[in-house]
Amino acid sequence: MTELERVRAEDQRLAKERQRIARDGPKLTGAKLEARLERTWRRPPGILGWLATVDHKEIGRRYIITALLFLALGGMLSLAMRLQLAQPDSNLISPQRYNELFTMHGSTMMFLFAVPVMEGVAVFIIPLMLGTRSTAFPRLNAFSYYMYLFGGLLLWVAFLLNIGPDIGWFAYTPLSGPQFSPGKRADIWAQMITFTEVSALAAAVVLICTILKARAPGMTLARMPLFAWAMLVVAVMIVFSMPSIALCSGMLISDRLVGTQFYNHYEHGDALLWQHLFWFFGHPEVYIIFLPATGFVSVITETFCRRPIFAYPVVVLALISTGILAFGLWVHHMFATGLPRVGYSFYTSASMTVAIPTGLQIFCWLATMWDGRPRFQVPMLYVVGFIVTFVIGGLSGVIIASVPLDLQLHDTYFIVAHFHYVLIGGAVFPLLGILTYWFPKITGRMMSETLGKIGFWMLFLGFQLAFFPMHFAGLLGMPRRVYTYPAGLGLELPNLLSTIGAFVVATAVGLFVVNGLYSLYRGAIAPPNPWEASTLEWATTSPPPPYNFAHVPVVDSKTPLWDAEGELPVVTGLRVDEKETLLTTVVAASPDLREPVPAASLWPLILSIAVAVFFISSIFSPWAVLFGSIPCAIAAAAWFWPKELNRNPEPVIT
Amino acid sequence: MSIQHYQSIFGNAATEVRQFNTLFVIFLVVCAVMYVAVIAFLIAGIARRRRAAEANTVEEGRHHESDPAMRTGLIAWGAVVGTGLVALAIASFVADRSMANAAAHEKLSITVTGNQWWWDVQYNAADNSKMVRTANELHLPVGVPVRIMLKSNDVIHSFWVPSLAGKQDLIPGRDTDITITPQKVGIYRGQCAEYCGAEHAKMALVVDVDSYPDFIKWWQHQLQTAPKPTTPLALAGYNYVTSRNCSACHAIAGTPASATVGPDLTHLASRRTLAASMPMSEGNLYGWVADPQSIKPGTKMPTIGLEPNELHAVVAYLETLK
Amino acid sequence: MILEPRFTGDVADLPTHKFGPGSLTWWGIIGFMVIEGTFFALAFAAYFFLMGHEQGWPPEARQAPNLLWGTLFLIVILLSEIPNTMIKKAAHERDVPAIRALMPVIIGIGGVLLIIRGFEFNNLNCRWTDDAYSSIVWAILFLHTTHILTDWGDTVVLWFLMMTDVGWEGRRLVDTDENCMYWRYVWLLWIPVYLLVYWVPRL
Repeated sequence: MTELERVRAEDQRLAKERQRIARDGPKLTGAKLEARLERTWRRPPGILGWLATVDHKEIGRRYIITALLFLALGGMLSLAMRLQLAQPDSNLISPQRYNELFTMHGSTMMFLFAVPVMEGVAVFIIPLMLGTRSTAFPRLNAFSYYMYLFGGLLLWVAFLLNIGPDIGWFAYTPLSGPQFSPGKRADIWAQMITFTEVSALAAAVVLICTILKARAPGMTLARMPLFAWAMLVVAVMIVFSMPSIALCSGMLISDRLVGTQFYNHYEHGDALLWQHLFWFFGHPEVYIIFLPATGFVSVITETFCRRPIFAYPVVVLALISTGILAFGLWVHHMFATGLPRVGYSFYTSASMTVAIPTGLQIFCWLATMWDGRPRFQVPMLYVVGFIVTFVIGGLSGVIIASVPLDLQLHDTYFIVAHFHYVLIGGAVFPLLGILTYWFPKITGRMMSETLGKIGFWMLFLGFQLAFFPMHFAGLLGMPRRVYTYPAGLGLELPNLLSTIGAFVVATAVGLFVVNGLYSLYRGAIAPPNPWEASTLEWATTSPPPPYNFAHVPVVDSKTPLWDAEGELPVVTGLRVDEKETLLTTVVAASPDLREPVPAASLWPLILSIAVAVFFISSIFSPWAVLFGSIPCAIAAAAWFWPKELNRNPEPVIT
Repeated sequence: MSIQHYQSIFGNAATEVRQFNTLFVIFLVVCAVMYVAVIAFLIAGIARRRRAAEANTVEEGRHHESDPAMRTGLIAWGAVVGTGLVALAIASFVADRSMANAAAHEKLSITVTGNQWWWDVQYNAADNSKMVRTANELHLPVGVPVRIMLKSNDVIHSFWVPSLAGKQDLIPGRDTDITITPQKVGIYRGQCAEYCGAEHAKMALVVDVDSYPDFIKWWQHQLQTAPKPTTPLALAGYNYVTSRNCSACHAIAGTPASATVGPDLTHLASRRTLAASMPMSEGNLYGWVADPQSIKPGTKMPTIGLEPNELHAVVAYLETLK
Repeated sequence: MILEPRFTGDVADLPTHKFGPGSLTWWGIIGFMVIEGTFFALAFAAYFFLMGHEQGWPPEARQAPNLLWGTLFLIVILLSEIPNTMIKKAAHERDVPAIRALMPVIIGIGGVLLIIRGFEFNNLNCRWTDDAYSSIVWAILFLHTTHILTDWGDTVVLWFLMMTDVGWEGRRLVDTDENCMYWRYVWLLWIPVYLLVYWVPRL
């Protein structure tokens, strides 16, 4: 028999076997189906199974918990800073230690909390919201979490071992270069960037592919929830912006380790090259943090005002245009560097223009409140707090978009006030609201409404106390990144108020955590849809089973559960004995392919350990690039290589 | 001289910052109006819920409908926001152009070089014999536009005297500049405004705006070499300073000490501050000379460990450098 | 309260593999191509930014990199598109024996290219520590080298897999097709790299 004949005979045998595969359908439904799916989809038990999980819900939970831990750590750093700044000419904390504190605070909050928590929430909820069983590339998803974890550990272990970075979270050259930052502190910072940026890029690819290809049948792009739109825009922004910081931090390590001259002006390099590349990433980064929060606001506002967001197409266009415009603003961080003034005017205009789509989104949310019947439970309180607070930050942003105004306000506490208003008001408030909202879906229990309300008011008022005075501190001449300030400039009062406010904020965040922990064990048991919301994640149990949905749901509106009339339309035919999910077409979401879902695997963890060894050792020697890449190549090949080489009637990824 | 204007953006003491006030107020007013509009709409939405019958909610079965007034509102809102932003952008551009025009006719040229963590100030003159070098302090004549060339010897710093002008970075390998036309006699404080390492917080400078005759008097005085020491203690200090470690970094005009690594000390004692951070006083001089590392840890000036008699001598000599 | 299901259709007869944008991995690879492309685009931007500071490029009367090795690389990699296209066609036609025979050809060419790349580095006429020009030229060439090295490694692993029985699976043919798509990207990116490293200094 020739090879071809043998293969054809094999094809026929496999086709016959295919007929006998058990699939979900009218004949296999309900509790029987659920039991079989549970057996197929649950991951292996024990510690190894836990490390090998590819369940997006477990990975998403890990992301969120790890990010909240980093929030707490970063918050403690800020309390230390505020204690030092509570009084003028203080020597509570040494200059070197203080410089490490603000570097660690900024780096932790920006790289280890803000972006990962958004990714984590998205990774958890997006497949549920889209009506599918899994993200795309679940092993890549697991890998991205481990890379994030190892990057965070690198930074914090270094800090605790007293070799943490002290160059600011933005690490301007030549201060961060080999001449002015001897030792390994700056390299550790730069390599932490590499870890977190690889993690974010991997998560971005996972999210884009999931959102484009794995939606429920009938969920056209025009019916997709606004949070999914927000994450799609954000993931594309990550793809275009993160390479910039990867490139500039790689060039920094290269200058420091092997003597390249990218930032060394004596050899025709340029300190501003760093700033351009950093801020080309840095500006989109803040929208990467903010846009998911706008998604949260849309989700909460819809559910608690009992109607979909007003003018959905406008909100979608606002998200997309914000994402695009965000790439044209970066020079507004460089107004004091002496670049041509005419060029600056472009960036002023662009920076102001980006306020328009955001302003339109705000109108749409307010119009939804106007046209609906708002219920002010805790998540909706956070939305109101967001509007009141974020808009102040947005308007102070409009002020500093003006070059003459920015030349006074740049690098002062006015800027510190501005970005905390937009980051805490604009991202953390919606985040706490959405964690309260999705807590029942994630854990199966409700958070305490009373504790939640107390925490909200404490946070809202404490935040204003902590950060509003900073506007005045800046106007009175207090620069940023100073470990102390002299008496007699009028800075004592704003700083003292900020310190008190910071402790109120910390208490409020602590209260949120206490609420979460308490509710985990004693909270009211949550039904599938406690908020009577409209989107698909509420069509399954709280928490969902490993396979998310017993049958793949079908949608024909933007608010499927509100239009369902007692029954959920579904499609059938996916196998129950192996993990399988459904792919649909990109725009119209018609069923397209059946896609096998990988089994749990330790290779993502093993590869990330190999990559971690590679990255960390290359801080110390360039040869690590050569030797370290070999284990990485082996682990990557093993990841891809199937466990069995025989053909199956349907594809299986082991 | 009231404290509020000492390092305040509202010091309003130079041509270049006067436009700041006006522009800032314009922006604040427009932004406040926008904010009030947002809050008013928010409150209206919250309050409206009491009138349940008109709501377009899922409970009413009308969640796919919208109040037609909202559509008009959206367009109006977009128009208002867009117009407001355009107006602000134009205001900003106009202010920027007018500040640039004001900067076009300087009469005095100074070069400030940033170092970790002090300011090297050099007054440029066509004639070398008229050049003045000092540190951490500028004297400017009122009403005269001065162009300050900004350079850096090490990392990025930022020159910022809020009462007189916006800031400008000092970038190694690049030349930037800033023009200031002070309009009010007085003393103004500034600080480095770009994180430059360990002692960034202690890199302040003082700008003394004098009347034109006073400024000329100051300049003439700066051109004089250091006075010869007259007391034995000061002489001992002079000998120490010009023959030991100090002269490796510092220059004192009229003495063998001529290194330019550190600040020029020729008229040290007549300056208002010491080490870019402390008021000039005998006590501070003692503390600084004895142990700079404990006052400003990480500073480039080493703690040498002077014997007490050496310390007294050196401080006595430095105090003569008025 | 979970809603009762209403059965509206069955997907059991849908395929499990498709060439092109129907395939999930196609989107993943496009995603990575965009990421790498952005990386290169920004490196090119840095190149022109640094060039803007100079009067001459390369500065200081340094010689531009020798044309020979870079141009040889260009010719060989463009020629490699011939077996590449043949493999892609074979994948669509499920001609696994052809794939098994052709992949060693392209792996061999890849090996040759890596050797030529070694000579290229040796003939850049500058050392990466010399100045910013040298640093960016080495960096861009280094980036492309990692690019070609990883794709070469991918191709080797894929060839081993195609040699087994599962090479006949539809999804493995899609993998092969997508690997060919990625190889095209590798030489497409070489063109601007080549121009920037070898020709812009000669303008």
